[in-house]
Amino acid sequence: MIRYGMVIDTQLCIGCGDCVVACKTENKLPAGLNRDWVVEATRGRYPDLTTEFRSERCNHCSHATCVHTCPTGASHLWKDTNIVLVDAAKCTGCKACIAACPYDARLIMTPDGYIDKCTFCHHRVEKGEDPACVSSCPTHCMHFGILDEPSSAVSRLLASRQQKVLLDETGNQPNVYYLI
Amino acid sequence: MLEELLVTVRSNPKIDPSLGVWSWEIPVYLFMGGMTAGIMLFASLMVLLAREEEFPFVARKLPLWAPIALSVGMLFLFLDLSHKLYVWRFYTSFQPSSPMSWGSWILILVYPVSILLAACTLRQGYPWLGRLVDRFAIGTAILDFSCRHRAVVAQWGLVLAVFLGFYTGILLSAFSARPFWNTGFLAPLFLVSGMSAAAALVLLGTRNEHERHTFTRIDIVLITVKLALIALLLVNLATGSGVQIEASQMVFGGEFAIPFWVFFIIPGVMLPLILEYWELKGRRRAWMFISPVLALYGGYMLRHLTVDLGQTSSYLNYVNAFDPALLDLLR
Amino acid sequence: MKRREFLKLSAILGAGTAAPGFLTGCSPPPLPGAGAVETSPTVCNICFWRCAGTVYQENGEPWKVVGNPEDLHSMGRLCTRGTGGLGSYRDPDRLRQPMLRVEQNGRQTFQPVSWDEALDFIAERMRGIAEQHGEDRLCLFSHGVGGSHFRKLMSGFGSRGYAQPSFAQCRGPRDVGFALTFGEGVGSPDRTDMEHSRCIVLIGSHLGENLHNGQVQTWIQALEKQATVITVDPRFSVAAGKSKHWLPIRPGTDMALLLAWMHVLINEGLYDADYIARYATGFEQLAAHVQPFSPEWAFLETGISAAKIRETAREMAHHAPASLVHPGRHVTWYGDDTQRSRAIAILNALLGSWGRKGGFYIQEKVDLPDYPTPEPPKPQSDWLAVVQKDFPLAPSGITNAIIDASIGPDAFFKGWFVYGTNLPYTIPDSARNLEAAAQSLDLFVVIDTMPAEITGYADVVLPECTYLERIDPIRNSPERNPSLAVSLPAFEPRHETKPAWWMAKQLAERLDLGRYFPYDDYAEVVDWQLQQVGSSLEEMQRLGVKNFPRTTPMYFTPGQSVEFFTESGKIELHSAMLARFGQDPMPVYTPPERPEPGYFHLNYGRAPAHTFGRTINNPQLFELMPENAVWVNPLVATELALNSGDYVRLKNQDGVVSNRVRVRVTERIRPDSVYIVHGFGHTDARQRLAAGRGADDNGLMTRILVDPIMGGTGMRGNFVTLVPEEYTA
Ligand code: SF4
Ligand code: SF4
Ligand code: SF4
Repeated sequence: MIRYGMVIDTQLCIGCGDCVVACKTENKLPAGLNRDWVVEATRGRYPDLTTEFRSERCNHCSHATCVHTCPTGASHLWKDTNIVLVDAAKCTGCKACIAACPYDARLIMTPDGYIDKCTFCHHRVEKGEDPACVSSCPTHCMHFGILDEPSSAVSRLLASRQQKVLLDETGNQPNVYYLI
Repeated sequence: MLEELLVTVRSNPKIDPSLGVWSWEIPVYLFMGGMTAGIMLFASLMVLLAREEEFPFVARKLPLWAPIALSVGMLFLFLDLSHKLYVWRFYTSFQPSSPMSWGSWILILVYPVSILLAACTLRQGYPWLGRLVDRFAIGTAILDFSCRHRAVVAQWGLVLAVFLGFYTGILLSAFSARPFWNTGFLAPLFLVSGMSAAAALVLLGTRNEHERHTFTRIDIVLITVKLALIALLLVNLATGSGVQIEASQMVFGGEFAIPFWVFFIIPGVMLPLILEYWELKGRRRAWMFISPVLALYGGYMLRHLTVDLGQTSSYLNYVNAFDPALLDLLR
Repeated sequence: MKRREFLKLSAILGAGTAAPGFLTGCSPPPLPGAGAVETSPTVCNICFWRCAGTVYQENGEPWKVVGNPEDLHSMGRLCTRGTGGLGSYRDPDRLRQPMLRVEQNGRQTFQPVSWDEALDFIAERMRGIAEQHGEDRLCLFSHGVGGSHFRKLMSGFGSRGYAQPSFAQCRGPRDVGFALTFGEGVGSPDRTDMEHSRCIVLIGSHLGENLHNGQVQTWIQALEKQATVITVDPRFSVAAGKSKHWLPIRPGTDMALLLAWMHVLINEGLYDADYIARYATGFEQLAAHVQPFSPEWAFLETGISAAKIRETAREMAHHAPASLVHPGRHVTWYGDDTQRSRAIAILNALLGSWGRKGGFYIQEKVDLPDYPTPEPPKPQSDWLAVVQKDFPLAPSGITNAIIDASIGPDAFFKGWFVYGTNLPYTIPDSARNLEAAAQSLDLFVVIDTMPAEITGYADVVLPECTYLERIDPIRNSPERNPSLAVSLPAFEPRHETKPAWWMAKQLAERLDLGRYFPYDDYAEVVDWQLQQVGSSLEEMQRLGVKNFPRTTPMYFTPGQSVEFFTESGKIELHSAMLARFGQDPMPVYTPPERPEPGYFHLNYGRAPAHTFGRTINNPQLFELMPENAVWVNPLVATELALNSGDYVRLKNQDGVVSNRVRVRVTERIRPDSVYIVHGFGHTDARQRLAAGRGADDNGLMTRILVDPIMGGTGMRGNFVTLVPEEYTA
């Protein structure tokens, strides 16, 4: 299995939200629905402060609880990868996958009613391009690539920098990493 | 101090600010499913233990309510789907890791068994209905078939009832992402609660003194067990991981405290328990429909609150920097 | 809401029609880009940075705009607003047709009219002004590229009056301050060489929140290379969060810090002595001048410890000349802004960073000939000498001075064209004066894409199409490499909107000035110009951007002798010119006023999702940031019993009350200040999304500290208190 992942540098991210707009335009999402979002975390007390900006989305978990929970197979892995997709033509809208995702990364497509989510822009990955959010980011703080390939940019960054994932404790084995 | 904020507005409907994908339809479905399980359990036991004469209501009238309750439950499940035209997709694959897939296939098995279980009782329990069915050759054949294989049907009924009862709880407890659900006590709790609901139906329907008395005693036991399971569930959560402790806090002083204690535990569990106890002692006979009604109410509230609590408890609780309601201007 | 429910219902009822799909298994929504894709080059016009990009359509539907990889302004990546550029095209609230102010039953309203009617009206009034007062009495306010067409029209007519709010309300002090020191301004895009800087000092400049695309990118590149960033800001800005040193300065005391830094650099011998000796004059005077301004003295003013001041000064010196004290952009703060910019320029001179790698590079642009048109007539008067006589050192039009010169029967200006700038939300405390000017003027034309508040003052409103629907003048801005970019229409203009060039030409023809617009389509101009430099419209249609090789070095070469464009030909640490005009020849510190108890410094800034107030109604950007929030320190919040998410109104020292605004309680701000993002609090109900959202900082600036040198409007002398507001949404 090819494990794709993102490595996002929270120290370079400026929280501009370009990734959010880029995702929405690229993927033609209706107004008011988001596949990605930006969180700002400030720690400390004035004047001893640190900030961290995180562009968040589906983690395309290695242990994808959403896929396991889906009763119809609509939530599935793309080809032989960890990219989690939803096949609208198989989705009943039972919403079990939404409840199964600890990151609240899924959404209900309006007005159709099937479940939608970040696709890691597999339609771009297929053409050898980076996801729309990654390739729009003006700070180049987001990186996309194959995690198990030691020479990839993402692997090299992970080897050289301190990092974390979100909600490690859920056991979902997320594949979006944050450099701290 | 940590200030964690969404700096781009996030307001995915039914997911933000906290999960609300399931409102009352799924609780109704779970409740009906649990009740079906209880009905089938009692009905099958009657057949298998050969106590049909002793418990006429359970033996002859109750079974019909299983397919009815199940149908109602499944109707509400359907109503909850947001992509309804694709409901048939439940039955184009089996996903072994998905409780909901198990559930939909179990329902497929339960449905004919519950009908067969009821079919044999029709002629005696609901003579007019029996006559109606007997007008059609196929109807007669089914009724005859169900009576011929009564024991086998009951065996299946018993096994499937337990599966079904457990399933309604496992469906939720399998969601590791929702701390409040993520406990092993939910499945037995829902099974017991389903049985209690069936017992309440008996109390409402029976005209037989012995049957009433026995089922009042059964229900008292069931409610007591239910209460114990609720207590264990809360203790289990309160001693669990950080997020689970947080989840348990919601019923102790959190936003769910009043609904939980005032609208569920007291009227839906404690009160029927006390009333039924009094009834055993021979008091308040004229009011006896009250306690089973309260018990049924409690059974529904259990599902409703559990579904709500589970959805509200979560790992992430981001707040928006800007008013998410403003996005409604765009929708 | 209603519509959605209806859709839902019809989806259920539509089961019948959906049956074929239901039976065959339905096809999932197609993947983006699977259809027929077309592209065309654009130059983003959502902000002044003007990044070049490519517009994509799929199956004839607008899809997306992305950066052009060849483009130096964007380095191939548009910013948040540029990515959301399609929203400006889609905005349902756009101006749709020309409108004329008419009297109806004693009430003034706007009436939709034909283009002919609108243009005839304007031409008629212009003639009238010329006859009654002279041809020189028109003025153009402009922000945006299309303004050049109207400028051409006006100069052909005989009027040269011209102002951009980006001068007196924004970067004027910086450009004047740097010009007085180095003989040249910083330019736009700023000539900062941050990708090579080892140390970057930000004085209140919130890079990252102001998303000046290429500039932010080069700053991030510096961060990636572990450059030291020193941020001076009362607020823990995004930049402060990425800095080695954050100096949470007491508002308004930046000058004290700058002087103390000079003091350290000079007294510790840390300045670039060779550079100063070779290129600068007035060092002796400066050295003597800064003696009183020790770090210990500055501590008392700024609240920043003397040790910290010394440490940061040494760090700057350590990395010099690749040490950049950033000139900032919006710098009209306290009225001594030209002097503060001078101080920044002087500090850069001491570090030797002007003209050096990692400091300020030398920009180059393409030598692009203008399309041949007749020489415009010599104007009857020198309007600058008349209108801006109090500010002889101001090289450009001062918006606020022009407004003053448009009020009353004897006013100089009689007609205005306002192109793409929403003056009441741009010039502080201007609503009253604009109202008065509107009463006095014989002609008030507004050209815009959106029904901004300024359109409410106009006699005529001309709806322009967006940059995505028109051809714009070639972008030829000074950069690292000479570079051209073209912007071609991706879509047909919506409604009855028209491009500015067409409007200007139509007017010119009505005024017998057609000779200044000798073409049928502006594309001819663009093509002709491109041909002159070996390209063509056809080629640029494909490329979008074309970079040319540099012909001069990007930095001073070692030992090179340089002639600066100052009076002395040298970098002027001491400015004889300022002295001659009665100003301080070297920067001095004036302590700022402090707020009364219960009041806070009103600090304001930008957000990456919006360009001033111009994009709030853009649906795609509104979705990201639909309102602003007032930042309040937790100490203050506790005292006032406020929580994040509450709503308050801001009341300033003169009793002006803002619209309701959401509270954000955060450690990221000093307890003596509050902060809001500029551009919100719109009142024009025709901007259905923006109207009533958040607070307008501009309206709260009734205390304006005018810069005596260049006439800018210092905005940071205002104080506000918070008035709780019941939440009713
Ligand atoms: S586009 Fe990049 S810098 Fe901007 S918020 Fe997203 S990840 Fe951060
Ligand atoms: S983040 Fe959520 S939706 Fe994405 S793979 Fe993990 S569990 Fe599934
Ligand atoms: S990978 Fe694609 S779908 Fe996922 S957040 Fe980025 S742009 Fe959106």
